[in-house]
Amino acid sequence: MTATLHELHEAPPRAMTSRLEGELLEVSLGPQHPSTHGVFRMNVALDGEIVRKLKPVFGYLHRNHEQIAESTSYLGSMPYTDRLDYFCSMTNNWAYALSVEKLAGIEVPERAEYLRVILAELTRLQNHVSLLGFLLSDMGAWGTPLMYAFREREKILGLLESLSGSRMMCDYMRFGGCRVDAGDDWISHAKKVVADFPRFLGEFEKLILENEIVINRTQEVGKLSAELAINAGLTGPILRASGVNYDLRKIDGYGFYPRFKFRVPLGDHGDCYDRLMMRALEMRESLNILKQAFDQLPGGPIMNPKVKIRAFKPPAGEAYGRIEGPKGELGFYLISDGAATPYRYRVRPPSFINLTVLEDMCLGHTVADVMVILGSIDIVMGEVDR
Amino acid sequence: MLGGGILKGMAVTARNFVGSYFIQERMTTIQYPEERAPLPENYRNFPFLVFDGDDAHAGLRCVACQICEKECPPQCIYIVKSKDKKPDFVGKPQLYPATFDIDISVCMSCQICVEVCPFDAIKMDKVFELSRRERFDALLMQKAELAKSNEYYHQIHPTEATDVDAGLAAAAAAAAAKKKAVASPAPPTPPSNPNPA
Amino acid sequence: MVSPEQIKARAETAVPGAKIEIIANGSPANQPSLLIDREHARTVVQFLRDDPALQLDFCSNVTGVDWLDRTATTKVKVKTLVDGEEKEIEQAQVETLPGYLEAVYHLYSMALKHGPVIVRIRTADRANAVHLPSLTPLYRSAEFQEREIYDLYGIRFDGHPDLRRILMWDEFVDHPMRKDYVPPDDFEYEPTPHDEVLARAKEHYTVRPSSDGAETLTAQA
Ligand code: SF4
Ligand code: SF4
Repeated sequence: MTATLHELHEAPPRAMTSRLEGELLEVSLGPQHPSTHGVFRMNVALDGEIVRKLKPVFGYLHRNHEQIAESTSYLGSMPYTDRLDYFCSMTNNWAYALSVEKLAGIEVPERAEYLRVILAELTRLQNHVSLLGFLLSDMGAWGTPLMYAFREREKILGLLESLSGSRMMCDYMRFGGCRVDAGDDWISHAKKVVADFPRFLGEFEKLILENEIVINRTQEVGKLSAELAINAGLTGPILRASGVNYDLRKIDGYGFYPRFKFRVPLGDHGDCYDRLMMRALEMRESLNILKQAFDQLPGGPIMNPKVKIRAFKPPAGEAYGRIEGPKGELGFYLISDGAATPYRYRVRPPSFINLTVLEDMCLGHTVADVMVILGSIDIVMGEVDR
Repeated sequence: MLGGGILKGMAVTARNFVGSYFIQERMTTIQYPEERAPLPENYRNFPFLVFDGDDAHAGLRCVACQICEKECPPQCIYIVKSKDKKPDFVGKPQLYPATFDIDISVCMSCQICVEVCPFDAIKMDKVFELSRRERFDALLMQKAELAKSNEYYHQIHPTEATDVDAGLAAAAAAAAAKKKAVASPAPPTPPSNPNPA
Repeated sequence: MVSPEQIKARAETAVPGAKIEIIANGSPANQPSLLIDREHARTVVQFLRDDPALQLDFCSNVTGVDWLDRTATTKVKVKTLVDGEEKEIEQAQVETLPGYLEAVYHLYSMALKHGPVIVRIRTADRANAVHLPSLTPLYRSAEFQEREIYDLYGIRFDGHPDLRRILMWDEFVDHPMRKDYVPPDDFEYEPTPHDEVLARAKEHYTVRPSSDGAETLTAQA
C-alpha cells in the first residue's frame, strides 16, 4: 500500500484550522481495531486531531464470493449468501431467492412470502439493535449498552435457530419458498418476543437518546446532504437520515409489503444522531409490520411444488432483484446462459457502496469522530469485501 | 437540566444491574459446561449417515449414488462405491459406500446434502462439541464415525424422523405391492421427500 | 415507466451521433437493456440523468461481465453439384465472434421512483482495447464499483479519479473474475482425499504427518 501512503503525502492540506503549520501525520487505522467492525483499514492524514484525507483500504476479507458462486449451482450459492452480511442471513437469502425467482419466473406461495416478511423484519430488528450497541461501544460506552442489545438480539437469534437450525447461518429460503414451516409454538413464541420488544426499546432509548454525551458526540457530526447521498448511491437508513424518502419496501412493493401499514422514518440533518435515531424508529415500524404479519399469516404450502431442487436450470437471460436489507439496497444481478451455474453472479453490497462517501463525511472532524461516523454507516466486512 | 439524560441512563443501568440478580428474564448467563441451554429440535450441525436396525453395515441406507457429493457446495464429501451389493430396505440389491468421508473442517452445515439425498440416508446431527487436537485428519469423519442408528435420529429430531419413517414405510409398501402385482421385481420408487421438514 | 424504445428515441435525438441498441432479455424478468456506444456513453447517460422526464439520479449497481470469444455455427444451404446433379446441401459455417468486456449500470430514479434502466457499454476486445469512459464524474456511486471492475475484470475506466485495485492487493497482476483466469498453482494442504487435489498437494508439500505435535505438549504433563 506504499502508493497510497505516498499519495497521502502529496495531498495538499485543505484549509488549516490549527495554528501550527506542519506536515500531515499519516495514521493507518486498522485493520485490527475494535472500532473498525472487522478487518477494515483507513489511511488517514491528520492535521493535529483533524482528518484532512481518508482513504479506505479494502480486501482483507476478500474471498471472491462471486467467482465461487459462478462455479457452483444456483442452490449451492444460497448458503454462501449467509456469509455475506453475516448479521442478516435471512435478508441475504431473500434477496438472492428473489433474484433467482425473477430470473426463472417462479411464483412463491402466500404463506412463504409472509414467513419471509416476518423473518426479514426480525432480522432488521436484531441488526439495528446490535448496531446501536456497537455504535455506543465505538463512542466509549464499553460493553454495557452492547450487552443489553445482545441480550435482546439473542432472543431473536433463538427464534431463527429454532426455525432454521442455525443462529446466524440460516440458509432458510429456497427458490419458490422456504425450507421449513413454522409451527404454532414457534409463532406463539415469536409473538411473545415481539410483544416484549418495545419495553426493551423504550429502556434502551432512555439509556441513550437523551444522554448528553451521545448527543455531543453525534449531533452535527458526519453531515451528509441529500444530493450527495443520492449521487453516491447510498441506500437504507443512512439515505433516509438525509431526508430522502426511498424505501424499497414501499417503492418496489415486493413480498406483500404493500399489505402492511407502516411509516418510513426520515431524518432532516443527515448527521450521526439522525442515523442513530433512524434505527430506533425503524425498529418500531418493524414491530408494527411484524404484528400485522402475525395477524394475517395464512395457512397453506410453503414451497412451490414445481421447482426442482436438483438440476435447477433457469432459462437464458438476466435479472436484477433487490430488497431493502437492514443496511440498504441489497441486490443480486444474475445472468444465466441456461446452464446449471450462473454465467454472471453479482452482489450489490449496500455496506460497500455506502462507504463511498466515508471520506466526505469525515473531513474536518477528529479521529475519534471517524469511529462514530463509520459506526453509524453500519458495515459488515463479510459483505464489503465479499 | 444538564446531565439529566445521563442520570436517566444511569437509572436504567441500575435497574438492569439489580435485575440481573433477581429477574429471571435478565439472568441470561449460563454456566457452560455445567449448565446447558437446550438445543432446539431443528438445530443442525454436521451430517451423519442413518442406518436401520442394529448393524451399521447391513442397515446403512446410503446407496452411494454420489448425488450429495456432487451437490455439496464446498465439496467436502468423498465417496467410493463398493464393488459388491447389499440389499436395501425393500430388499433390492444396491451398492453401498466403501468409503464415505466428510471433512467437517470444510463442511458449512448447509444441509444441502440432506435435501438432495433421494434415499433419506443422510441427516443433520446435533453434536457440536467436536474440538480435536489436530486440525486435519482428526476432523475428517469417516464412515464408521458417521453411521448412526435410526433410534438416534428419532432422539434428536423426533418430528422429522417420524415423517421420514412414514415416507419410507409407504415407499416400501408401494414397492411390495408392485412386486406382487408384477411377478418380476420392479425397481422401488425412491421415497421422494425433497424438502424434509 | 418509460419504455426502452422511447428512451432510445429521446436519447438519440438529444445526443446526435449516439448509437443505442436495445438488448432483449430472454428471461421472465423482462429487463431489457440499452447498449450505448463508447464514444457517446457519458453524454447519453448524462442526458438520462438530467432529462426531466427520466431523472435517473440513482446509479444502483455497476458491474462487469466477461464475454469470451465465441464461435457461432450457422447452417447455410449451399447449392453444389453432386454427381452431376444440383443439390442443396446444408453446410456449417463457423464464424468467430470476438469477445469483449462489458460494464453494466443499473440506473433508477429516486425522484420519479422508476427503474431500472439498464445501460451497457462494451469494450472493443478483451486484450488491449479495454478502455471505457468512466461514469464516476456523473455518479459518485460508481467510484468504488468501477474500481472493483478494474480490479476483477481489467476494464480501464478513462476519467476515473482514482483507478486503483480495490479488493486484490496492489502487486497482484491478473484479473481474477475473467472467465479464462487460471488460479495460481499453490494451495494449502487439505485432508479430503479427492484425487487431483491430493496429487497436486503432493507436488507442493510433503503430506502432513497425522499429528502436528500439539498433543505431545500436554501429554507429558
Ligand atoms: S452440510 Fe453442506 S457442506 Fe456439509 S456435507 Fe452437507 S452439503 Fe456439504
Ligand atoms: S445422496 Fe444419499 S444415498 Fe446418495 S450418496 Fe449421498 S447420502 Fe448416499
